[in-house]
Amino acid sequence: MPSKQVKSMLKKGMYYFSGNEASAEGAIAAGCRFYAGYPITPSSELMERMAVRLRELGGVFIQMEDEIASISAVIGASWAGAKAMTATSGPGFSLMQESIGYAAFTETPCVLIDVQRAGPCTGQATRVGSGDIMQAKWGSHGDYQVIALAPWSVQEMYDLTLRAFNLSEQYRVPTLIMADEAVGHLRENMIVKEKMEVWHRKKAAGVAPFGTEDEDGIPPMPSFGEGERLAVTGSTHDPYGFRKTDDPEVHSRLVTRINKKILNHRSEIIETEDYFLDDSEFVLIAYGFTSRTSLYVVKSLRKEGMKIGLLRVKTLWPFPEEAVEKVGRRARKVIVPEMNLGQMAGEVRKFCRCDVIPLHQTDGEVIRPETILGILRRVA
Amino acid sequence: MVRAMEKYIRPGVKSTPFCPGCGHGILMGLILRAIDELKMDMKKMVFVSGIGCAAWIPSPHYDGDTLHTLHGRALAFATGVKLYKPELCVMVVSGDGDLSSIGGNHLIHAARRNIDLKVICANNMIYGMTGGQVASTTPKGARTSTTGEGNPYRPFDLCRLVEAAGATFVARYAVTQPVALIKAIKKSLLHAGFSFIEVLSPCPTQFGRRNQSDQPEDMIRDLMRRCILEEEAKGLTEEEMAEKIITGEFRS
Repeated sequence: MPSKQVKSMLKKGMYYFSGNEASAEGAIAAGCRFYAGYPITPSSELMERMAVRLRELGGVFIQMEDEIASISAVIGASWAGAKAMTATSGPGFSLMQESIGYAAFTETPCVLIDVQRAGPCTGQATRVGSGDIMQAKWGSHGDYQVIALAPWSVQEMYDLTLRAFNLSEQYRVPTLIMADEAVGHLRENMIVKEKMEVWHRKKAAGVAPFGTEDEDGIPPMPSFGEGERLAVTGSTHDPYGFRKTDDPEVHSRLVTRINKKILNHRSEIIETEDYFLDDSEFVLIAYGFTSRTSLYVVKSLRKEGMKIGLLRVKTLWPFPEEAVEKVGRRARKVIVPEMNLGQMAGEVRKFCRCDVIPLHQTDGEVIRPETILGILRRVA
Repeated sequence: MVRAMEKYIRPGVKSTPFCPGCGHGILMGLILRAIDELKMDMKKMVFVSGIGCAAWIPSPHYDGDTLHTLHGRALAFATGVKLYKPELCVMVVSGDGDLSSIGGNHLIHAARRNIDLKVICANNMIYGMTGGQVASTTPKGARTSTTGEGNPYRPFDLCRLVEAAGATFVARYAVTQPVALIKAIKKSLLHAGFSFIEVLSPCPTQFGRRNQSDQPEDMIRDLMRRCILEEEAKGLTEEEMAEKIITGEFRS
């Protein structure tokens, strides 16, 4: 198996980190030894920590001329054999979209941390938002899949970054951490365990690197310099990497496979957490920092005897439709609080038959418990 | 291409994709000759290209690792490859539009870092693949599909641009100067640092037919007449110089 249990990089114990620092440590733990980035608030501390840590470990750090160059260098390094990453925020995330599509189409493992701020455009650079959720799925042109995870704590900035690398290596897919400013700048304790699971991309010599008959749909990925004479291209290509830009069958087969290899593994990829869902008439569905507020509200209302629960979405993409559908079958009303104008609420509506009430907030502030309480008192 | 160079061509590749009269095929062969003369190990070479006609020179034809990237981004991808695996020889072959227009920012920054990349810029002075639009290298006054009245702006002098940005090996030759060009490519392969060779390559299909001539031999003859060395330029009047293109190694 290409996954194994290894000793953690940091000594086992408790650490007091910011979310951005924890994410950098999670990357280092996963084996990330290449970072290319461009400064942008509120993600810059992540890059600064990577600059220090990679120097200590003999990895490669480079500050590029812009975000397009950053993600492109990351993809180049990945083909040279690196576990590679970059981090950014809204405007930089927009610039990176074409290369994310390239990574998806060439099946290049790489990790991108988006510490979301209040958009659109330059927006409020130092303020929080969750406006990039749909862009994470649909930002580049054409049909492709990414995996996107949403951490709610400093602990998860570490754990999910580590997991993002594992998923990225396992499925040969760009994997995104959709953090937000509040989680990125939050400081709290987190725990590093003695051991952790680490994945490495599957390798095989003399095998087609862009096509497979295997059921899992994931071909092995050799690196440059290994004598495999790789032909990597963002044009439609056959299993050996030859451009086939006018063959309908090759195009359809490739696009279908890169989508299916993710969607067929939904059950292994998707993680959600249930809180008091068994008897809940009202359910909050939330992700990122907002799920902390949501849990606080749920716990307070439970004390008052209200039958309310929380579905916390840890994997944004692929979307946890089964879990949401299950909630929708039993709940009377579902409330989706998020720091945008209802990006995930729309997705929830697709799979919930019950009443779905979005709670929008785009003022650059985190959603406060009173706000969620207010809407609950109105609808309950 | 002669049989001797066939060993460097990826099995399964048949003909070149270039138009009749295009200079890129000549360049494709000259790069391989330089590699052959230095006995470079193709297994340790990575060829990175962007988008456009010139990006097809190495991809998928060369039998090393090829990375055919996005439009303009070849140098950024190549930077990642080279930094992570410095033992590989990383060559970037792309066009003038790709490297100096959409990718202009990456070009000056890669030169500034003096990172060990061997850049070969096939300059046909026009966007060939997309139908002959004006480029950042199109001569002033030249007609293209987007400048029917003649290009109102002056072009980049790519060699001076990258030299000012920090490139440590800079040369310009046309495909009509094959011996000098092979020599320059060899020097670039042995050079530690950012090297940049601008290679003038005729595009009869898009540039020629709108300007001087769509006859390949006319365009080749024209390049032979216009490309002179720095020393040859010394005695010429301003009028004589106007149509000349100075070639040579400007920094080595």
